[in-house]
Amino acid sequence: MPPEISVRIDGEDVRVRGDCSVAAALRQAGYAATRLAHDGSRRAACCGMGICFECRVQIDGRERLACLTPVAAGMEIWRDA
Amino acid sequence: MRELRSEVLVLGAGPAGIAAAVSAERAGARALLVDMQAEPGGQIWRGQWNKATDSTARRWLSALRASPVEGRYGLRLVDVPAPGEFVFDGADGPLRVHCERAVIAAGARERLLPFPGWTLPGVFGAGGLQVLAKNGWPVAGKRIVVAGSGPLLLAAAASLRSLGAQIVLIAEQSGWRDLAAFGSGLLGTPHKVVQAAGLWRKLIGVPYRTGSWVTQALGDNEVRSVIVRRGRQIVQLDCDALAVGYGLVPNTEIARALGCELRDGAVWVDMHQHTSVPGVYCAGEGTGIGGIDQALVQGEIAGCAAAGRAELAATAQRRRRGSERFAAHLRRHFGLRAELRSLAQDDTVLCRCENVAFGAAKACSSMRDARLQTRLGMGHCQARVCGAACEFLFGWGAATPRPPLAPAGLSCFNLSTSAENPQEPT
Ligand SMILES: Cc1cc2nc3c(=O)[nH]c(=O)nc-3n(C[C@H](O)[C@H](O)[C@H](O)COP(=O)(O)OP(=O)(O)OC[C@H]3O[C@@H](n4cnc5c(N)ncnc54)[C@H](O)[C@@H]3O)c2cc1C
Ligand code: FES
Repeated sequence: MPPEISVRIDGEDVRVRGDCSVAAALRQAGYAATRLAHDGSRRAACCGMGICFECRVQIDGRERLACLTPVAAGMEIWRDA
Repeated sequence: MRELRSEVLVLGAGPAGIAAAVSAERAGARALLVDMQAEPGGQIWRGQWNKATDSTARRWLSALRASPVEGRYGLRLVDVPAPGEFVFDGADGPLRVHCERAVIAAGARERLLPFPGWTLPGVFGAGGLQVLAKNGWPVAGKRIVVAGSGPLLLAAAASLRSLGAQIVLIAEQSGWRDLAAFGSGLLGTPHKVVQAAGLWRKLIGVPYRTGSWVTQALGDNEVRSVIVRRGRQIVQLDCDALAVGYGLVPNTEIARALGCELRDGAVWVDMHQHTSVPGVYCAGEGTGIGGIDQALVQGEIAGCAAAGRAELAATAQRRRRGSERFAAHLRRHFGLRAELRSLAQDDTVLCRCENVAFGAAKACSSMRDARLQTRLGMGHCQARVCGAACEFLFGWGAATPRPPLAPAGLSCFNLSTSAENPQEPT
């Protein structure tokens, strides 16, 4: 197994695989959605390649695409969901 | 703003961009290779940079490592303020690049079509879930339905299965007659037959249905099951994920922002991959969907030509014709069936960003009209998803992209002088 790292998701400390994208880390940690649409419905990563923008989350204070961002130890990730 | 100068700028580090940058350096030019992904490799070689298992990937990725090409990753092109000037945005803020010539190698995206339930978490593009899984999205032990159209369904299903997923079904919307014609047409390109046979071997025991398509995804917070139609037969299948894509569409936003001419939805190029704009070249899926072989061949040609040494690509020129035949063959046999136009109901979301319903869009006359009346295509993705859907659903052409090409930190635009008419990079 690849080594695990600690990140903080919505204020909670979780351990995830260190060799993956933030999108994958969120899913490994059990979070299905990344954001809420205007109508309150839940959305999550869809295209996997930076096209749909459904996977956007706050990473260390900036809006980023979770599918294009490698996860790193100590990252602070906030979902809008 | 950080600034960089380069002779040749290569936009996109998939197979086409890697071949272009390496070839430009070999031909004596200084090349800068930029991609919004964290590593080079594009879609097909996702995750291969540090552990290449594919022999072609290993060859090109080591050629890139050994070459003096300067690579910058995690940077997305967001603006083309003036000829020869390109503004990128990334985690460390914006970067402005000045170059003499540019090669656009921005690849393709999947065509996603709306149907009830398609916005549920757990519904992905077919290649979409494949590339997410290559970057660690957990699929082991998950029941996955793969659906849509084209050879990518097989590649996606095979790689998901190799990561431990259980493929419940592959539903291909094309009928078996088209598929048989596609298969027999491949006999002229023996290595494609070998590739296809390799894929099928990895899929032994997986149910594969032609003339079948998903009409609905069901679930509360996540997809739990899908409804699949085949002729008059309708079945409901339980699953943990649905991976559904209706073929690929060339990414042409960058080329259009630079003023390059398009033909049939792809960037027009001459035999040296030169676009209609002086000093701007295009290679790979942007010139028309053709797969990895076409991407590599066109990348080599574009790299040599952008370095001013087009004659060095003579052998690549010969291979170019074979890759063109395959591309034409692909287009002929995976046409989308008309029934797919009536999957969305009036209240089904069509524009995912602005939550515009199919019914509201249907009442409009063009992409521009729908933008004005409903805000369709005005959200974060800037019509990258709904634009390709509307083209198929209503026959609407794409609206001209305006900067920014993607939402970016405001710092990117402070210093920009906006160009009404982007022209020749000098
Ligand atoms: C999701 C997906 C999965 C696929 N999987 C397979 C497969 O398993 N097997 C197969 O044979 N084919 C696959 N394909 C087909 C694929 O298009 C080709 O095989 C091949 O990757 C094309 O090479 P390319 O260099 O033209 O484009 P790509 O490989 O798509 O490379 C284009 C690159 O440009 C970058 N880019 C785009 N826009 C910008 C921008 N604004 N700023 C910065 N960078 C940018 C992208 O991040 C990408 O890395 C897949 C396609 C998709 C969309
Ligand atoms: S999943 Fe579509 S942009 Fe990240």
